[in-house]
Amino acid sequence: MAMLSFEKKYRVRGGTLLGGDLFDFWVGPFYVGFFGVSTIFFATLGTLLIIWGAAMGPTWNPWQISIAPPDLSYGLNMAPLTEGGLWQFITFCAIGAFVSWALRQAEIARKLGMGLHVPIAFGFAILAYVTLVVIRPVLLGAWGHGFPYGIFSHLDWVSNVGYQYLHFHYNPAHMLAITFFFTNALALALHGSLILSMTNPAKGEPVKTGEHENTFFRDLVGYSIGALGIHRLGLFLAINAAFWSAVCIVISGPFWTRGWPEWWNWWLELPFWS
Amino acid sequence: MKILNRKTVILAALGASAILTGCEAPPPETIQNGYRGLQMQTNYNPKLLKESLEANVPPEAIPPAAEGGPLAKDVYKNVQVLGGLTVNEFNRLMVALTNWVAPEEGCYYCHVNDAGFEEDGIYTKIASRKMLQMTQDTNANWKDHVADTGITCYTCHRGNPVPEYVWVTDPGPGQPTALAPKGQNIASSTVAYASLPYDPFTPFLLQDNEIRIIGDTALPQGNRRSIKQAEWTYGLMMHMSDALGVNCTYCHNSRSFYSWDQSTPQRTTAWYALRHVRELNNDWVVPLTDVLPDSRKGPLGDVYKVYCTTCHQGAYKPLYGAPMVKDYPSLQGPVPEGGLAAAKAAEETAEAEAAPAEEPASAEAAPAEEATEEAAPTEEATQEAAPADAAPATEEATEEAAPKDAAPAEDAAPAEAAAAATDEQAEAQAEESAPAAEAQGKAKAQQQPQQHPPRLQYPPPSMMRYPPAPLQYPPAPQTR
Repeated sequence: MAMLSFEKKYRVRGGTLLGGDLFDFWVGPFYVGFFGVSTIFFATLGTLLIIWGAAMGPTWNPWQISIAPPDLSYGLNMAPLTEGGLWQFITFCAIGAFVSWALRQAEIARKLGMGLHVPIAFGFAILAYVTLVVIRPVLLGAWGHGFPYGIFSHLDWVSNVGYQYLHFHYNPAHMLAITFFFTNALALALHGSLILSMTNPAKGEPVKTGEHENTFFRDLVGYSIGALGIHRLGLFLAINAAFWSAVCIVISGPFWTRGWPEWWNWWLELPFWS
Repeated sequence: MKILNRKTVILAALGASAILTGCEAPPPETIQNGYRGLQMQTNYNPKLLKESLEANVPPEAIPPAAEGGPLAKDVYKNVQVLGGLTVNEFNRLMVALTNWVAPEEGCYYCHVNDAGFEEDGIYTKIASRKMLQMTQDTNANWKDHVADTGITCYTCHRGNPVPEYVWVTDPGPGQPTALAPKGQNIASSTVAYASLPYDPFTPFLLQDNEIRIIGDTALPQGNRRSIKQAEWTYGLMMHMSDALGVNCTYCHNSRSFYSWDQSTPQRTTAWYALRHVRELNNDWVVPLTDVLPDSRKGPLGDVYKVYCTTCHQGAYKPLYGAPMVKDYPSLQGPVPEGGLAAAKAAEETAEAEAAPAEEPASAEAAPAEEATEEAAPTEEATQEAAPADAAPATEEATEEAAPKDAAPAEDAAPAEAAAAATDEQAEAQAEESAPAAEAQGKAKAQQQPQQHPPRLQYPPPSMMRYPPAPLQYPPAPQTR
């Protein structure tokens, strides 16, 4: 892809975290860097391992292919490749690829003299994944608690883990996470539609700007969070959605073994009415 | 970043600790019930499990009675149930029974002090007699539920004249409310503190309402059951989970709750258990209504009844599977006419003769681990269809299913099992056999009306199959 005329200005040397100048170059539109190389390495290796696992497995049906973690009896040890060892290697590759991607974001941000908000935000997604396949399994004492890599099989995992606690909707962190996800969607819908409405006015009308945006919401609900504020709010909602998702699963098992409805007994047992 | 100032950190720490104070400390004990990564799994908090193990220890058995001697019915008066025992056996059982049921009150809890032990003038004696018969009936006729572990008085009573865990029909809280009573929406211990209907026992453990909600077709072709009804079933399942100290995945693969071929063998036991408990309540407990005083009844005047917690008390097998009844042969079934010793001798000779013939039947006892075996309840229909349907491909499956004649085909199970069987032969065959059986007017409990357009099976037969899971009974906690 050809480089746009103004892009040269932003293609400056430096800002790397690792590798110095060695990988400080672009391939087409893409910045490479040490972490670009490691991203490609881990992503390719992990994908090939999944394909290998599928080749050894009972099916090529993409819905059914599943790379399952080891039996619980292996604990936190390595398992034979065909009995969960593959899952362990793929997990390692996935974490390597995700973290490399975040660090590549950080390198680009440093190169451009930006804040590190993007890699930090992405870090919460990585945190949620690492919670599922590393932190929680380690707390529970077996890699077998991680989720299998398959389209249907990971959904079955989610369903069964939920029903291990009888009624997962009573999980307080799950409640928060869901609320944040929905609120996040609401905020994004309001923001997206507002911006598009400003830039797509009625025929013959000039394109509107921030004053109109603020006025619209002040007229509607008495308050406008503002041009910068809506992005702060959006990041806050999105990060919290990922964070509380991680919390809701890490407390299920390591910190609570019974049905989630029963957890709320602390409320019933408060001295005011018990 | 400015937002990470000290106040925020303190606030976050407070919030996190507030959530965690209600929680437990890792690591829990986990037991895998299904294929790896499927997360069919039982979770135990080691502290609570230890408490439960210590609370569920059976008392030591009384030494066996000396052999021989006269029969109780010849020595004592008015011995209606245990007359076939020798006097020694009879007295041993009476001592055990007193220890199990009324250790503090003693003999005179059930016998009238001045009138002689044969006197029936006290309600507890009438109830005890009925309960003895119930215990014998359970151990003899409900092995699908209680296996050879069996039950004794202690299984439920645990040293209390009235078992600690019983239920009565719940009229609900007496608070005035503008809403019509819905039978739900309070945090009830009967349904593990969810807001689900708090008395799922009356409809399911006393009356025999259909527990099954989900249809076996992908589209709603005639299934009129509602989410409201599902909440009652969910309530009952919450009770079962709580009573056994397990969770939904102990019996079900939640991706397909109804499907027998994806469930664990424990679900088969539970299926019998529900019918057993229903029978206990209707045939043995409710008939005592006129005998028992009001202090043994609920606010609506119905007697204290049996549910899962009554025996299980938080353990997946009552007393964690301690085989108490083996020490009390007199409770293993109705006492035969000539006494236990004579019956045992007769049984031994019969066994020696029948040994070769019984071999094929031994397969029955094995837990139904494979899909073909889980098709067991279909066999009644299968056998009926077999003569009419001589296709060689299906005959093989017929033969496989044929020896398992122990499973009754009286309720939802047959149709479910038929739909669920992984074996495509079995599936095709069951479909063929169902209409055939109906034509003979023998499919008495085909609860779903026959659908004339081709029914969409859910899941479609070729989709969503896993390699067979290494299903296993979780070992008893004390052996781990």
